Amino acid sequence: MELEYISIIAAAFTVSAGAIGPAISEGYAVARAMEAIARQPEAAGPLARTLFVGLAMIETTAIYCLVLALLLLYANPFIQQ
Amino acid sequence: MESPFVTHIAFMLGPVPISYAVVVTWGIMAVLTFIVWLSCRNFKTFPRRWQTAIELLVTTIDEQIGDIIQDKNLYFLPLIGTLFIFIALANLIDLMPGLSAPTAVLETPAALAVIVFFSVHYVGIRSQGVWGYLKSYTRPNIIMMPFTLLSQITRTFSMMIRLFGNIMSGQFLIGLLLAFAGLLVPVPLMVLHILISLIQAYIFAILATVFIAAAMADET
Repeated sequence: MELEYISIIAAAFTVSAGAIGPAISEGYAVARAMEAIARQPEAAGPLARTLFVGLAMIETTAIYCLVLALLLLYANPFIQQ
Repeated sequence: MESPFVTHIAFMLGPVPISYAVVVTWGIMAVLTFIVWLSCRNFKTFPRRWQTAIELLVTTIDEQIGDIIQDKNLYFLPLIGTLFIFIALANLIDLMPGLSAPTAVLETPAALAVIVFFSVHYVGIRSQGVWGYLKSYTRPNIIMMPFTLLSQITRTFSMMIRLFGNIMSGQFLIGLLLAFAGLLVPVPLMVLHILISLIQAYIFAILATVFIAAAMADET
């Protein structure tokens, strides 16, 4: 029973901690891309494509944390169903 | 809420269980084939409605691929274009009442990522030969070889998890909000989910193109 409470708290902590890093870094990446587009508006197409791919790469860490939290909640290997 | 990791078995085909996602995938394949057959029956020089739409879609995808792989874009158009159109439709299919996206279970993104994994190696061996492709793994230095080998596996894995996680979390969030609040509250999230679905299909196709281009570009 204790293990279930611990895994619920751990799942919430995983999502919240895993959202902070990608949020800050995505904001940084978008801000830099905005600066670059403002400086060179004709390069907006390649910049946007690279930005999307980069954002997807950054976002993967947050998605890993989400999947880990859902694994803790629904398919926890340490709790016998 | 039920677990997003369980697979629902629709029916048994002899000893093989056919899951619900596979049935939806077959339905999408049938619909896509039918639409393309219907619009490509008689091509004209001055296109009508359906032909114009198909031509617009295909030329747009072709231009996007051509921005990354300069001269061989026609060779990769079937693979990348099919990936994009299929994933976009598979992500958006859960807007239809009663259907759920096949990309929101783990098997379909895994299958798509495995397709990309094998086509990267196929293209690499085709463009540089077996020995040249194997030698490209030792390219900056022989010490880096474990990391390049590891990155082949991790990027396939991350492609799978990215598509699955984004689509599944969107569905999960909408379901959770629907359990808390009433009828019209999840609508803004559903609009956001449409955007995320299209962006994920775009990113999957672009990443597949980038990986294939990286396997080809080592020949110089």
